[in-house]
Amino acid sequence: MATATYNYKRVYVWEKPVRIFHWVTVLSTTILIITGFIIADPPAINSNLEATNSYWFGKVRAVHFVTAYILIANLIFRIYWAFAGNRFAKWDNFIPYTKKGIKNILYVLKVDIFLMKDKEHKLSDISIGHNYLAAFSYFIMTLFFFLQVATGLALIADNSSWFLPKMFHFIVPLFGGDTIVRYIHHILTWLFMAFIVVHVYLVLYHDYVEARGEASAMLSGFKFIRSERVDETEEDIIEKTTDQMWEGENDESK
Amino acid sequence: MIKTNKKEETYYESILRKGYTRRDFMKFVTYMSAFMGLQSSMIGQVAKALETKKRLPVIWEHFQECTGCSESFIRSDHPLAADIILETVSLDYTDTLMAASGHNAEEAKQKSMKENYGNYILVVEGAIPTKDDGVYCTIAGRTAIEILKESAAGALAIITFGSCSAWGGIQAASPNPTGSVPVDAIIKDKPIIKVPGCPPISEVMTGVILHYATFGTIPELDAEGRPKQFYGKRVHDSCYRRPYFDAGLYAESFDSDEAKKGYCLYKLGCRGPVTYNACGFMEWNNGVSFPIKSGYPCIGCSSNEFWDNGPFTERLENVPGFGIENTADKIGKIVVGAAVAGAAVHAVATNVAKRKELKRNECLGEVNEKNIKE
Ligand code: HEM
Ligand code: HEM
Ligand code: SF4
Ligand code: SF4
Repeated sequence: MATATYNYKRVYVWEKPVRIFHWVTVLSTTILIITGFIIADPPAINSNLEATNSYWFGKVRAVHFVTAYILIANLIFRIYWAFAGNRFAKWDNFIPYTKKGIKNILYVLKVDIFLMKDKEHKLSDISIGHNYLAAFSYFIMTLFFFLQVATGLALIADNSSWFLPKMFHFIVPLFGGDTIVRYIHHILTWLFMAFIVVHVYLVLYHDYVEARGEASAMLSGFKFIRSERVDETEEDIIEKTTDQMWEGENDESK
Repeated sequence: MIKTNKKEETYYESILRKGYTRRDFMKFVTYMSAFMGLQSSMIGQVAKALETKKRLPVIWEHFQECTGCSESFIRSDHPLAADIILETVSLDYTDTLMAASGHNAEEAKQKSMKENYGNYILVVEGAIPTKDDGVYCTIAGRTAIEILKESAAGALAIITFGSCSAWGGIQAASPNPTGSVPVDAIIKDKPIIKVPGCPPISEVMTGVILHYATFGTIPELDAEGRPKQFYGKRVHDSCYRRPYFDAGLYAESFDSDEAKKGYCLYKLGCRGPVTYNACGFMEWNNGVSFPIKSGYPCIGCSSNEFWDNGPFTERLENVPGFGIENTADKIGKIVVGAAVAGAAVHAVATNVAKRKELKRNECLGEVNEKNIKE
C-alpha cells in the first residue's frame, strides 16, 4: 500500500469524456430515482385549484422522461467510448475474462473487502484505473441500466410514435404485461440505490486507505501512481515541458 | 336454435324476417361501425357486407368459468346486436343459451361442426384445467382439453372471450390447483383473437364477431393477440379523471372529500395505468358507467395475472414468494439499509484492521510536514 514518502506521479486516468459521462450518470440517475419515487407514490398535495389549472404531476413525469432520454444518450456514448477511449476506459476492463482479471478480483476481495493483510505488497496488485471488481460491478450495473431503460421504454411505447420506444414494446409480452414490467422498473430502482451506497462508500474507502486521490480523480482526471510504475526519462520530461505542453503559457510570459 | 333451412340466408334477410326495418338496420350498422373504430366512409361497406354475406356459424364452448362473459354478452346495448349474434349469426352451439340440452345439444354441435368444417368460428369462454388428465372440467363425460381440441380442429379462427380463456383467469390464481391454462397454451395452429376482461364489454364482444362477419378477416391484433381497436389504449389514457392525475390530485381513501369530488384513484390502487381495455370510452351497461366513474379503482380485469396482483386497493402489489404484506418497498428499504449498515461496519473494521498501515502513513506524512521548506 501507499506510503507518504514514496514518490508519486500524476497520471491522467479518466479522460474528460469519462468524467462527463460519470457526472451526467450521477445527476440523471439521482433525478430519475427522485421523480420515479414521486411517480410511484405521489405525495398528497390537495390544493383548491381546479385540475385544469394544475399540472405538477404531469411535469414530474415529463422530467422523468426527458432525463431518461439523457441517460440513454449518455449510456450509448459510453459504449462508444469503451472502444474509442484510453486503456482505462476500454471495454476489456469491465469483463474479467483474463487470468489477471480474476486474480485481481480475488486480491481486492481479500484485501479491501475482507480486510485481510496484504503480505506481498506487489505493486501490480494496485490498479491504476478501475480495479477489476469495481469494473465488474459497473458492468453488472450497466446491464441493469439496460433493463431499466428497456422496461421504461416499453412502458411509454404505446403512447409514443417514435421508433425507439416502439422497438421495446416486445418487452411487455415477454414479461407478461404492463403490471410486471412496471414492477421490475420499480424494484430495479432500489437496486440502483443499494449500488450507489456501496459504490460511493468504496470510492471513499480507497481514497482514505490508499491516499492517492481516488475520489477527486473523477473530477480532475488524475490519480497518483508510484513513480516506479511510470517509465519516464529525464529527457522525456524536459522535452515535453519545453515543447508542446507549455506553449501557450510560454507565449504569455515572453 | 338449429335452423338449417336458414343457412343460406344473409344477415340482412334474417334481420328483415325478424321484423326489423331497413332504418333499424342502418342505425345498427352505423353504431357498430363506430364501435369497431371504423371511419364513417366504411359504413356503406359494412352494410353491403351484411346485406350480401352468408351467416357465419359460431360454436361457443364453455369450460372453467362463471358464465359472466355470457351474461355480459346478452346485455348487448343494441337489441339488434344481441339478435344478430344470438339468432342470426347462427350460434349453433352454446350450452348455456341454447334451447336444446343433453344429447340433443351435443348432436347438434357435432352436426354443425361436420357441415361447416373449416368454416366456423369457435368461441371459447373459460379456462382449461390440465392437471390429473383434465378431470376438473368435463362436459357430457369428456374433458375440456378433449372437447377444445376437437372443436378447434375445424375452426376458421378462435375467439377467446374473457380473461379465463385468454390468460387463465381466476382458477389459474396461485397456486393454480387444477393447472388451468388459456386456450393458446393448447391450440397452437389456429388464429386466436383474445378478448380479455372479466367480463369483456358486451359491445366489444359483438364488435369482434361482427368484424369477422363483415370483413372475413381477423381484426388487427397487438403483440399479445388482442384486437387493437378495443385494446389499443390503457384505461388510464381514456379515463375522464386523467386531468386529476396530471394535476396530482388524488383521493386517498374511499370516504374522503376528494373521493366524492371525483379525484383520481391512483393512490387507491387504480390499475388503469397498466390496463388495456375500452372501459374509458365505451363504458358499461349501455354506456351508463364504468368502475372508475362509479368511484372504484380499476382492478385490471383484462390484464394477465390481475388475479394475483393484489391487494387491489394498494398502489404496489405484493411481491410473489415473499408472503403477504411484503411490497418491493419494504424489501428495498431492507436492502439499502443493509448496504448502509454494511458500509458503516466496514468503515469501522477498516480502521481496526488497517490501523498499522494508517498509522505509518500518518507518521511518515507528519515527518514530511515537518520538513517543509519555507
Ligand atoms: C436509473 C434509471 C431510472 C430509475 C431509477 C427509474 C425509476 C422509476 C420509478 C421508481 C418509477 C415508478 C414505478 C412504479 O412504482 O410504478 C418509474 C416510472 C416510470 N419510468 Fe422510470 N426510472 C429510470 C429510467 C427510466 C427510463 C430510461 C425510462 C424510459 C423512458 C423510464 C420510464 C418510466 C415510465 C414510462 C414510468 C411510468 C410512469 C407513468 O406512466 O406514470 N424510466 N421510474
Ligand atoms: C448516482 C450515483 C453514482 C453512479 C450511478 C455512479 C456510477 C459510476 C460508474 C458507472 C463508474 C464507472 C465509470 C466509467 O468507467 O465510465 C463510476 C466510477 C467512479 N465513480 Fe461513480 N457513480 C456515482 C456516484 C459517485 C460519487 C458521488 C463519487 C464521488 C465520491 C463517485 C466516484 C467515482 C469514481 C472515483 C470512479 C472511478 C473509480 C473506480 O474505478 O471505482 N461516484 N461510477
Ligand atoms: S382514476 Fe385510474 S385510470 Fe383514471 S386517471 Fe386516475 S389512475 Fe388513471
Ligand atoms: S375499469 Fe378495469 S377492472 Fe373495471 S372493467 Fe375496465 S378493465 Fe376491468
